[in-house]
Amino acid sequence: MSLQNLKANKLRSFLTMLGIVVGIGSVIVIVSVGAGAQSLIVNQVTSVGSNLVGVLPGKSEKNSPPASIMGIKITTLTFSDAQALAQKNNVPHAVAVSPMVRGYEQISWKNHNNYFNFSGVTDKYIIVQNVAVAKGRFISENEALNMGKSLVLGSQVAEDLFQGQDPIGETVKIKGVSFQVVGVMEKKGSAGFENQDAQVFLPLATAQKMILGINYITVARIKIDDTKNIQPSINDIEALMRARHRIPGPDQDDFTVENSSQAIAALTTITDAIRYFLASIAAMSLVVGGIGIMNIMLVVVNERIKEIGLRQALGATKRDILNQFVLETTVVSLVGGIIGIAGGVSISVLVALIAKKLGYNWDLVISWQSLAVSTSISFLIGLIFGIYPAKKASRLSPMEALRYE
Amino acid sequence: MDLIRLEQITKNYGNPGSDITTHVLKGVTFSIQEGEFLSIMGPSGSGKSTLMHIIGLLDRPTSGKYFLRGEDTSQLSDDQLARLRNKEIGFIFQSFNLLPRISVLENVVLPLSYVGLSQAKEEELALKVIRAVGMEHRINNMPNQLSGGEQQRVAIARAFVNNPSIIFADEPTGNLDSKSGQQVMSILQELNHQGHTVVLVTHESATAEHGTRMIKIHDGKILSDEPIINRLLADREGELGK
Ligand SMILES: Nc1ncnc2c1ncn2[C@@H]1O[C@H](COP(=O)(O)OP(=O)(O)OP(=O)(O)O)[C@@H](O)[C@H]1O
Ligand SMILES: [Mg+2]
Repeated sequence: MSLQNLKANKLRSFLTMLGIVVGIGSVIVIVSVGAGAQSLIVNQVTSVGSNLVGVLPGKSEKNSPPASIMGIKITTLTFSDAQALAQKNNVPHAVAVSPMVRGYEQISWKNHNNYFNFSGVTDKYIIVQNVAVAKGRFISENEALNMGKSLVLGSQVAEDLFQGQDPIGETVKIKGVSFQVVGVMEKKGSAGFENQDAQVFLPLATAQKMILGINYITVARIKIDDTKNIQPSINDIEALMRARHRIPGPDQDDFTVENSSQAIAALTTITDAIRYFLASIAAMSLVVGGIGIMNIMLVVVNERIKEIGLRQALGATKRDILNQFVLETTVVSLVGGIIGIAGGVSISVLVALIAKKLGYNWDLVISWQSLAVSTSISFLIGLIFGIYPAKKASRLSPMEALRYE
Repeated sequence: MDLIRLEQITKNYGNPGSDITTHVLKGVTFSIQEGEFLSIMGPSGSGKSTLMHIIGLLDRPTSGKYFLRGEDTSQLSDDQLARLRNKEIGFIFQSFNLLPRISVLENVVLPLSYVGLSQAKEEELALKVIRAVGMEHRINNMPNQLSGGEQQRVAIARAFVNNPSIIFADEPTGNLDSKSGQQVMSILQELNHQGHTVVLVTHESATAEHGTRMIKIHDGKILSDEPIINRLLADREGELGK
């Protein structure tokens, strides 16, 4: 009976349903895309590891970046500093220390050559940076300390330089020095500000002495065993560095200690703000959808009140009328809700799939809160504005309802 | 026992925004017997429709007593009144009042949908009355695809599909040409002949003369209440366009 009425008022039913579908669907998509984007940003930073502390040469001024970033060469950080940091009795919570130097050089293989970034590293690099080799092996401790001639390629360098051929065992030249390729890194994507895929890794001492001609290091990254031990470790590191460099107080520091969890916290604050912003847009779209439903319902109130008056004249009780409207709006809201959820979830999945295809580290997040809130609000709006004319008419006598204009 | 007995029925309307009340019915007393064809006649604004709505249990009087088969209707709840309307009363309105978006058949089924019959039984009963008013060839049409006279015949079918004791018709010919009007009056006389009590409201004496008794009402009061001696019989030639 009631459903026949829904069919009879196809356009009205469809428009009401559309409001609910769009309301629910858009909330789900917006919330999911917001959470996905946040995961993308946080993943990029945390993929390096959130338990990292970096020691940079030079003092960072409060209002300007560390001097080393500005391109000024500061020579105060050495490999022996890194060795001291790695000693258990100096920094008990340090898991591993990765000292590094960096440069940019032409690398050639047979008649191919190109310029690439390189990093001089020790075997600790892969532990600290939380990365792995895809093929072959990484640089050994012995090679790093004793000027070994091994070399590990970033995945993109392997593609660019070797173009599909197996690079393991091949010999490449940098500044006239021959290196043997021993490994290729896993593809990682850009993390933070570095693109690991587009660089090569050399043994630290070799890079320092034979390529760059220096005896200092540009950074030492330290992996701490647990996030809660980061602050005590920073204190240990600062005390050790001051003792080694004979620095009387913090204002004379010739080094800077940085901590990635601070960066993550800052990023999370920003991405949270973006998410709340998106969620409020979603809430507004729900309200707009609700107003749409309301408008459609209000437009038909008059017509419906006459209809209710007629049905009452023909013998419908108030309960009959209310039942009919509850059933009608429930069916419309339910079908609209299901379509809205299905549509919203599919679009969210599609966005995540496309983002992953494009190489982004994107998590598919569909929060049940967004499902629950959007569904119940749309449902409520549908119900209230569907039953409203029935309630209004039931306060009139059948005669008044019939005469209603 | 009287089918219907009204005693000193009044109806006032309060006008919103002022304390002037409109006295529409000013103490109306009469009774209706089973099988009568009662015409209520009066000029526009005299209170005919108001009176019909009260007798038809669509509205309650401001004061006075209304007995249906001896039962005081003021004691009945809204839902009990709805059930009484469903069982005992059929309405025919001047403006047809068909639901615009459902078919002729579905419109005629409407009163039965509150009875609780099977769909097959509902359709069987509806088809019977639709055939009686000669509209069986248009059962799947929408009301707006019918002429005014055809719509009114559908509305009449709906009014007696429940086999009510009383059929109320408020200006049933008011929106029709004379030929369609004749058809409608002929059907009403036929229904009356079959035993339904008919109450017809009109301002035209020519229409009122089709009844067996006439109550003239003016300014909310009964002027006269007399049997109709030379009753008009509706033109059967005009009936159903035959
Ligand atoms: N809801 C209302 N509020 C105030 N006055 C009303 C209301 N309904 C009807 N009236 C008044 O009651 C009087 C009688 O109305 P009613 O519809 O019964 O007249 P009628 O005899 O049927 O007239 P017509 O032949 O034009 O249909 C009119 O003057 C009308 O203005
Ligand atoms: Mg009237």
